[in-house]
Amino acid sequence: MIPASGNEDERLKALDAVMAGHHYSGHALIEVLHAAQKEWGYLTSGLMRHIARKLRLPPSRVLGVATFYHLFRFTSPAPHEAVVCMGTACYVQGAANLLDSARRACARNGWAVTTGRCVGSCGLAPVAVCDGAAMSRATPAALSAEMERKYDAANPGPRARG
Amino acid sequence: MSVHTLEIDGRMVTALEGETILAAAEDAGIFIPKLCAVEGLSAPGACRLCMVEIAGQNKLRAACLTRAAEGMVVRTETSALREQRKLLVELLLAEGNHVCSVCVVNGYCELQSLAAALDVDHVRFTPRYPARTIDLSHERFGLDHNRCILCTRCVRACDEIEGAHTLDVAGRGRTARIITDLAEPWGHSESCTGCGKCVRTCPTGALFLKNKPAAEMKKDSGFIRQIIAARREKIWI
Ligand code: SF4
Ligand code: SF4
Ligand code: FES
Repeated sequence: MIPASGNEDERLKALDAVMAGHHYSGHALIEVLHAAQKEWGYLTSGLMRHIARKLRLPPSRVLGVATFYHLFRFTSPAPHEAVVCMGTACYVQGAANLLDSARRACARNGWAVTTGRCVGSCGLAPVAVCDGAAMSRATPAALSAEMERKYDAANPGPRARG
Repeated sequence: MSVHTLEIDGRMVTALEGETILAAAEDAGIFIPKLCAVEGLSAPGACRLCMVEIAGQNKLRAACLTRAAEGMVVRTETSALREQRKLLVELLLAEGNHVCSVCVVNGYCELQSLAAALDVDHVRFTPRYPARTIDLSHERFGLDHNRCILCTRCVRACDEIEGAHTLDVAGRGRTARIITDLAEPWGHSESCTGCGKCVRTCPTGALFLKNKPAAEMKKDSGFIRQIIAARREKIWI
């Protein structure tokens, strides 16, 4: 997802408020990392160094904890994210083809395509989730069309085809 | 302070209140295999090589974490324990890239000597041959991730004895690795004092002195006991 807007100072202020709320306790590290990722979209070395100083933790501990959880990201997220369900029901209904076409579509327009294990809607298989919105009985054509539509909506104006 | 008497491998052994089975055995000259425990550092119970049998308990216990108790009957060397230890050593060997012939600590490596003591002459698993890196950015020390078994001895020596906490473990599972500060090159670390405690504590060739050729680096983590005696009891020599 796209990080919340706001300038750098405001984001830092928001992060410091979270740390202050936890009395700058090292025990709140995970919550603080969460808050930082929410503001910036991902964790940079600069951010982790700042957090380490404020919470009085060794930097290697901060990175050690952050890299333990899959949830934390260390590179800028793609502007859009599509998840193709590879659960058994979706797989049987052709999820592999969906994934293929999503990957091809993503090469053109800034999508990160990942796979998931059963989103819990097997009756609607195959399922894909585009920027948080689920598509049921998705076909390769419908999925790539949806990805292009969302891209165009977010990037108005003429666009380079590559 | 109360003293307990227990039996280890058929011998009567005494242990101070709170002392672990491992410490009591070592005091009595009984060798229990270990890779992660170091006298004077906290014990993570990570390597599981020190597992022993205790009469009346159906679970194996880590000797480095289990306190000696009055009347305990402990066996450290049974064929089942030996098999289990062999398996653990084989797994460690298959997990990293351990090429002893070109290693700085060849002949002085704790992993290597343990493998020899357990007659590990081959590895039953397909080696992973992971793609790992070597950090040579520090002026005097090197960190070869290929030979690291993630025992965290270096992490604890750096944190608990030197107080620098330069090192820690990042990632998890097969991507877990030792890092310096924010995974910057070691040579750029702001917190490292260059004391070398990590290098001396490392049981393998993962941490080494740069100027040593293959098979010439001896290590000894006994210095930690010395530092602790000096700090706590003012005993220097
Ligand atoms: S040289 Fe000393 S301070 Fe630097 S990483 Fe090793 S133990 Fe820590
Ligand atoms: S570098 Fe050495 S001491 Fe540190 S975790 Fe790896 S094997 Fe253990
Ligand atoms: S020495 Fe006991 S678990 Fe490693």
